[in-house]
Amino acid sequence: MIVQEKGWREIPIAAVCWKSSTEFLTGDWKTFKPVRDLEKCTRCLLCVIYCPDGAIRWKADLGDIEFDYNYCKGCGVCANECPAKAIEMKLE
Amino acid sequence: MKSVVEQKVLALNGDEAVAYAVKQCDVDVVAAYPITPQTIIVERFSEYVANGEVETAFICTESEHSALTACLAASLTGARTFTASASAGLALMHEMLFVTSGCRAPVVMAIANRALSAPINIHGDQSDTMAQRDSGWIQIYAENVQEVYDSVIQAFRITEHPDVLLPAMVCLDGFQLSHSMENVKVLPEEVVKRFVGVRQFPKVLTHEGRFAPLRLDPENPMTLGPLAFPNYYFEFKRQQEEAMKKALEVIRQVHEEYAEISGRRYGDGLLDAYQLEDAEIATVCLGSTAGTVKAVVDELRAEGVKAGLLRIRTFRPLPVEGIRRALENVRAIAVMDRSMSFGGHGGAVFHEVRHALYDSEKRPFVVNYIYGLGGRDTSPMQIRAIYKDLEGILQKGRVETPIRYVGLRE
Repeated sequence: MIVQEKGWREIPIAAVCWKSSTEFLTGDWKTFKPVRDLEKCTRCLLCVIYCPDGAIRWKADLGDIEFDYNYCKGCGVCANECPAKAIEMKLE
Repeated sequence: MKSVVEQKVLALNGDEAVAYAVKQCDVDVVAAYPITPQTIIVERFSEYVANGEVETAFICTESEHSALTACLAASLTGARTFTASASAGLALMHEMLFVTSGCRAPVVMAIANRALSAPINIHGDQSDTMAQRDSGWIQIYAENVQEVYDSVIQAFRITEHPDVLLPAMVCLDGFQLSHSMENVKVLPEEVVKRFVGVRQFPKVLTHEGRFAPLRLDPENPMTLGPLAFPNYYFEFKRQQEEAMKKALEVIRQVHEEYAEISGRRYGDGLLDAYQLEDAEIATVCLGSTAGTVKAVVDELRAEGVKAGLLRIRTFRPLPVEGIRRALENVRAIAVMDRSMSFGGHGGAVFHEVRHALYDSEKRPFVVNYIYGLGGRDTSPMQIRAIYKDLEGILQKGRVETPIRYVGLRE
């Protein structure tokens, strides 16, 4: 995909954001990706609370959690905090 | 054309003149931290607050870094905002100076120019503001206390102009102006309030895809100055440069409009030329020294010497074209710097003036005089000696020592 970047006359002054932060897919920053062992995971949801990017969500309809790799920066906090050691950081 | 308003005369020192002007400008927020020789500004203004003479929110912060941060935040919500500092205090603000200009917050700050440590020195020179000349702030240097008062009022109009939206420093020489009492003509408060007006907000495109006034407002959420990657940072800096270029005309216009009601003019608001039309030799300086130089120019003119002066009132943005036009017909020029650029070729003002003249076909002699550091007096005799040196350069037809020091012991 080729993105046409705007010129200095076109963008708002004062570095005002003209797009929502959700349009910036920061997930492409990551080097390591969290991968969950479904057998070990107890669904305690601590990782949901700890994730600094809100990239792990509780899905009530599934009765399970889901990683959103579009925004996960691969920091590894979830893997570090998981009491069941169910999350492993794997090189992408 | 408006007629000149009747004005009363007050005996004020430079710091008091700043505080009095700020009092009249309907300022919403003042956040400041005291430092000599700026302290009186904050003291007097806090008295106005305590006496209920202003409705300004006055925030005593724990440092200058915090003072400017508070001003920036207040300014971004739409508040008219003022602070003051000097020397080490301004140096501590360094980081936030760039954030303020980058967020295009029209904060006005008075600087009572003072030397930087070490060794510690509380007296006047322009090292503090010269060190911040690339911070994206407008810099106006006043010659006397009257001009200090007038410049503070003009600064609110300039900074808040939608074509500008840049912060500004009004610089007054420490002690020579900050602590010297003069008769100052002050405008009636309602005239000043009408002149500065109410802050306007240009509309910008926000992340919600609509245009909203540029200020932090829960009704129209927006984010200012967050992360910009290599693909966009450069474009924002280019915008700031454009605002500086536009500020040249805005400063001139605001100065002219103010002159019509006050009856006071400082050149065209950018440059103040004195006896320069037919001058063969001239000095260039900023600030209060110009008063001494003008007296010497008068003496020299009486003796038949074609001496002149160019005072740079607005140093940022630099009126490059104006400097070139004003000086290219002079044959020898002494640029006076009240700060040093260690390891550079002379002082900051010298760099700029000589640079401006490079594009002139006439290319006069331009030499540099470093003077008055740490509050050292510069006498009329020393100024006369500078003009004498210029005459010598013309006689010899060459420059032997391009950078000299005034009143320095060997």
